[in-house]
Amino acid sequence: MSFTPNIVGFACQWCTYAGADLAGNLRAKYPPSIKLIKVPCSGRVEPEYIMEAFANGADGVLVGGCHFGDCHYKTGNYKTANRMKILSQLLEDSGFERNRFRLEWISGAEGYRFAEVVEEFTKELQEMGPNPLKGGNGHGR
Amino acid sequence: MADKVKTAFLLAGGCAGCEMSVVDLSEALVDALEHLEIVFWAPTVADVKYKDLEDMPDKSIDLAFVDGMIRNSENLHTVKVLRQKSKVLVAFGACATLGGIAAMGDLHTKEELFSQAYKTSFSTDNPDGVYPTPEYLLDGKYNLTIPTFLDNCSTIDQVVDVEYYVGGCPPHPSFVGKLVGAILSGNLPPAGSWLTGGKAVCDVCKRNPAITGQERLPVGEIKRTIDGQPDQEKCLLQQGYMCFGPVTQGDCGGSCLNVNIPCRGCGGPIPGIKDFGARCVSMLAASMANDEAAAQFIEKYNNMAKLVYRYSHTASKLNHRIAEKKENAA
Repeated sequence: MSFTPNIVGFACQWCTYAGADLAGNLRAKYPPSIKLIKVPCSGRVEPEYIMEAFANGADGVLVGGCHFGDCHYKTGNYKTANRMKILSQLLEDSGFERNRFRLEWISGAEGYRFAEVVEEFTKELQEMGPNPLKGGNGHGR
Repeated sequence: MADKVKTAFLLAGGCAGCEMSVVDLSEALVDALEHLEIVFWAPTVADVKYKDLEDMPDKSIDLAFVDGMIRNSENLHTVKVLRQKSKVLVAFGACATLGGIAAMGDLHTKEELFSQAYKTSFSTDNPDGVYPTPEYLLDGKYNLTIPTFLDNCSTIDQVVDVEYYVGGCPPHPSFVGKLVGAILSGNLPPAGSWLTGGKAVCDVCKRNPAITGQERLPVGEIKRTIDGQPDQEKCLLQQGYMCFGPVTQGDCGGSCLNVNIPCRGCGGPIPGIKDFGARCVSMLAASMANDEAAAQFIEKYNNMAKLVYRYSHTASKLNHRIAEKKENAA
């Protein structure tokens, strides 16, 4: 039986969250593996949150923000890009699989793109298996 | 008339540097001893054995300090005993609160650590490759034991309840002085708090752009401490030297900055930070001008985990869990 990964998603309210909304309106199909958390800006996502999610057993973490130049706060996503690049390296150096973390720029018009990303990421995580830091089958059970 | 405060110091898996910092109080410590009764401080000051500690009645010690992390079975046992005997337990110094330098050993397997320490290091002469074992039978009749090396490090609060935390590697003597005063006057925050001024290193740093009137600009070029000589007056971060001052408690008075060395975070996280290294990443990345700077940072500092978790590896929940799983996987 293939397992359903547990993905924690941080979505910026101006772009990726709107994109997720649009995916719903478009009736786009994607796996029910992601739990979205709305944040004001992807620049608000502290690397601490991502570490915390992994430590608590999340199989994957997705951070979604606006494309470059589109940030509602002008530079939020540039800072996110720098942070997440360094964070990925930190995860790897700490002995954790960096591929469990993913950063995507999805605008409010890209509903299908959102569905595609979640589907892709879910498949990738299914191949990787559950987060090694927790027992169980990926449902927290 | 109140009795003297019964005080204990326990050295767990540390280097005793924190105790030296207390001894550095010199005359001030002698004055404080009018109010303090040292019931246990082995081996630095008092000749009291572990057995004597075990024989003390429960909750008979008013104030206990632990310096050092939990590294072996002896640390684990004595810290648990001390917790039972004391009313207030203070995790004292970077190791006890965050894991300290030795906690970076958790990034390696036990085998790697032993091989480095007992086989491959330059000054070691061990042709038979003998490792220490927890038990050894000498001459076929003397059963000798040493503490068992645990699979991973722990901070004190990962093992027992801790009332107060004091950061620093070691805590600065002047701060320890203030601390002893605050403890004796009973002027303490709620249990579970850090005993700290609560200000960042930048707040006490003489190079702070806010004080010197420099304009704060995004950092374009990343440097290591070996790259050239930093300007003595200018903010190190502004010069490209990665400094953790903005997220570290400044009870040290900016000691490292005063001698042209960037802060590495021994003072512990400023209030509100759960994961020191992750917040360092956040702070450093936000000060970088562009993605080339971020790429240069990753390239120049070859192990991010050992950089940002220099003193706080074990205190990070993720790291601690990875370390717990590591030996099972190896």
